[in-house]
Amino acid sequence: MNDAVLIWSYLASQPLLWLTATLFAYWAGDSLYRLARRNPAANPVMLAVIFLAVLLGITGTPYREYFEGAQFVHFMLGPATVCLAVPLQANLKAIRKAVVPIAAALLAGSFTAIVSALAIAKMFGAEAGLLATLAPKSATAPVAIGISEALGGQPTLTAVLVLLTGMIGAIFVTPMLNGLGLTDWRARGFATGVAAHGIGTARAFQVHDTAGAFASIGMGLNAVLTAFLAPLVLPWFL
Amino acid sequence: MVPALAIILAFQLAGEVISRAGHLPLPGPVLGMLAMVAALAASARLRAMIRPVAQGVLGHLSLLFVPAGVGVVAHLPTLAAQGPALAVALVASTLLAIVVGAVTFTLVAKLVGSTPDE
Repeated sequence: MNDAVLIWSYLASQPLLWLTATLFAYWAGDSLYRLARRNPAANPVMLAVIFLAVLLGITGTPYREYFEGAQFVHFMLGPATVCLAVPLQANLKAIRKAVVPIAAALLAGSFTAIVSALAIAKMFGAEAGLLATLAPKSATAPVAIGISEALGGQPTLTAVLVLLTGMIGAIFVTPMLNGLGLTDWRARGFATGVAAHGIGTARAFQVHDTAGAFASIGMGLNAVLTAFLAPLVLPWFL
Repeated sequence: MVPALAIILAFQLAGEVISRAGHLPLPGPVLGMLAMVAALAASARLRAMIRPVAQGVLGHLSLLFVPAGVGVVAHLPTLAAQGPALAVALVASTLLAIVVGAVTFTLVAKLVGSTPDE
């Protein structure tokens, strides 16, 4: 009994336990996602977050203590953002061939995502901190977290909103654009990448290769544009 | 793998330094990414070196969101209080942004005569 307490207090003071738990939770979430035939509603990140949240609740572990271990995974978001250069550079040719529609759709999509989200939240009476947290939600998570921090939002809440945004996009994009009769895979993929970042991009690759390639372009470009637009647009709603 | 990781981290580091020193709105990793696009376009040797590691990292991109996502436990009161506002804002703005983006792309592509390859 005393041993168990000693072992627990050792584990609680080390990053090992929660780092291991994070990897296992993601493994479990990813397995369930595959079992559900990659249905976007069974998003592996959301499942892993639920498993870990329940585990933290049961063990009475505060988030700060969890993060001591999980920060090694979190740290990789920065290098991963730099790595996005590889698919972007590989698609430079496709970007040059459609540079005008890409620029127009990027501006229209990115602007719509930020302004409509802020306008609706403001209508519901959301205060400044929440608006700053919400503004970058269509950008890919590592970038959105950085923007939220810079704007005075709550980065961890932004991460959750980013995930939800991606899931919403991935679930609804195909039936919605089919209903509108839009058949250009470049347009469909690009708009999905702009509005629903990596989770939307993963969905686009499942539907069509061209859509996937253009979705990754949209995600990469919107990561840059959101960093410019969010600080410009946010003051309109404060 | 070690040289590739070192170079990726160096681009992020340079991005952070420039972003902070210049008080730029772009986060350091995004500046690093832009510089990396230019560097990759310029050097085939760098492409061959970085690509396998980048693909490895991007293949597990979802995992990296988990620690921040677990932060939801610290925000349950906010989420409960602002639930309807956030739900409506997220669903409406995401769907609207996809439609506006896809329609704009399609119309402008027709206007300038840009056709898909297939």
